Amino acid sequence: MMDELRELYQEVILDHGKNPRNFRDVEDATGHAHGKNPLCGDQLVVYLKVGQGNVIQDVSFVGKGCAISVASASMMTELVMGKTVEQAHALFERFHQMCTGEGEAIDDADVDPDDLEKLTVLSGVRAFPVRVKCATLAWHTLNAAIEGKEESSSE
Amino acid sequence: MSNPAQAASIEAALPYDVEAYRKDFPILSETVHGRPLVYLDNGASAQKPRQVIDAITHVYEHEYANVHRGVHYMSERATDAYEGARRKVQGFLNAKHEREIIFTRNATEALNMVVRTHGQKFLQPGDEILISIMEHHSNIVPWQMLAAEKGLKLKAVPITEDGELNMTAFREMLTPETKMVAITHISNALGTINDAAEITRLAHDAGAAVLLDGSQAAVHMPVDVQALDCDFYVFTGHKLYGPSGVGVLYGKEARLEAMPPFLGGGDMIETVTLEGSTWAALPNKFEAGTPMIAQAIGLGAAVDYVTNIGMDRISAHEEDLRRYATQRLSSIPGLKIYGTAPRKAAVISFTVEGVHSHDIATIIDRAGVACRAGHHCAQPLMEMLGVPATTRASFGLYNTLADADALVEALESAREFFGL
Repeated sequence: MMDELRELYQEVILDHGKNPRNFRDVEDATGHAHGKNPLCGDQLVVYLKVGQGNVIQDVSFVGKGCAISVASASMMTELVMGKTVEQAHALFERFHQMCTGEGEAIDDADVDPDDLEKLTVLSGVRAFPVRVKCATLAWHTLNAAIEGKEESSSE
Repeated sequence: MSNPAQAASIEAALPYDVEAYRKDFPILSETVHGRPLVYLDNGASAQKPRQVIDAITHVYEHEYANVHRGVHYMSERATDAYEGARRKVQGFLNAKHEREIIFTRNATEALNMVVRTHGQKFLQPGDEILISIMEHHSNIVPWQMLAAEKGLKLKAVPITEDGELNMTAFREMLTPETKMVAITHISNALGTINDAAEITRLAHDAGAAVLLDGSQAAVHMPVDVQALDCDFYVFTGHKLYGPSGVGVLYGKEARLEAMPPFLGGGDMIETVTLEGSTWAALPNKFEAGTPMIAQAIGLGAAVDYVTNIGMDRISAHEEDLRRYATQRLSSIPGLKIYGTAPRKAAVISFTVEGVHSHDIATIIDRAGVACRAGHHCAQPLMEMLGVPATTRASFGLYNTLADADALVEALESAREFFGL
């Protein structure tokens, strides 16, 4: 019982869950979106500022959620900060694959292997299908913010 | 039974043999992640005893055909069994007449049926509907939809700090415009047992019709619709140890007679011509199309099952569980229970400081403990309480003190996990 749980709740996740990074808003945001998981009531807002060359100059989030969704959001803000929108999108694609085990893992020049490596701490959700949405909520919301949608739902 | 009161008192004197009842539920011997199943999600849906499972199998093996239409032997058998289930439900709720019992798909459909027939016909623009803040979404959303269409006013009675219906506010909110009061008998999220008889009396004095949502109450306590004097009472089969796919609408005969049909189709008509149709008598008027035959018969078996044990005794057993579990849970640091009304069913909603309810549910699941985490389809209540989600342990007739211990132990390991 405990092994899979330890795999899910690794120290890094517990740390990000308790002390989320970039947990604030962005005053001069160029986009933001609300994300919700109707199943568990998790809600968060992702803010971002995209500048020249489609570079994400600032990204942050606020909201309430379980350890997995908060940790995932926190790690996401760290990883996409300074990346281009395209790079962020490519990273999400690979991360989504990692969480669901669906689709083929293809090498993508846009994805830094180190970033992907950091995200593997969240891949424990694969053993907990109902929790995959917790891990991907922030990323879906980031996508919505990039695309200029105001709402995103993990349902 | 020659004398129900006497029979009840003899029953009450018998010891409650929970281990014997547990043996009736095959699923309770399943293991989850290598641990015995500790099922504390009865508020969402209850497990089924062998007697119900067998009754459903029996229908398909020995007495199945369509009901109400065949002149052949099997149709008669099936019709007898189906109508027999209705009689059992009538007895279970102590309704005056069999024809006051309508089979529906679930409690949600029963609620929508009242909204779309009684509500549609008798509520006029400006009329007020009174619900409470502790309603399940199924007793909020259908009224909202009707209110928007017809220009009605929907008002929600607040609750006290303990999670009881604020009766002072209720009295004040009842006005001459209030034409419908629709309130839950027991809160699914807080466990509060509302004073349904008093609510009904006050509402009737104000000239309003009363609907009680008995989805939780019919499972946890004896219900007597004549004593309550409500106009409508709804509950669902799957929470009462019966199959999913069947629920019940009880309505006073005069109310049901005055209402237009809900769905049109076969079985609900008397005569049909291309120019127009006339409606069948109760209860068929509200049961268009082939009904949930085996499910209704299964519900009848579930009613027999709980009646044989005795709803009073189930209620007393669950009260023991509630007291014990509440006391044990309270010893966990940072644990807060939502809903502390003096009259409460064995439904315990809580949060643990520092651990989100979704994480709790995942961790305790690995210990075999099944609880619900989330908003319990009661988002307005959760918003008022200021919590996005709680964990809810809801007990049933087969739960034991050891189940409460397993929950507490699992919660302690969850806290440990989070370094608390």
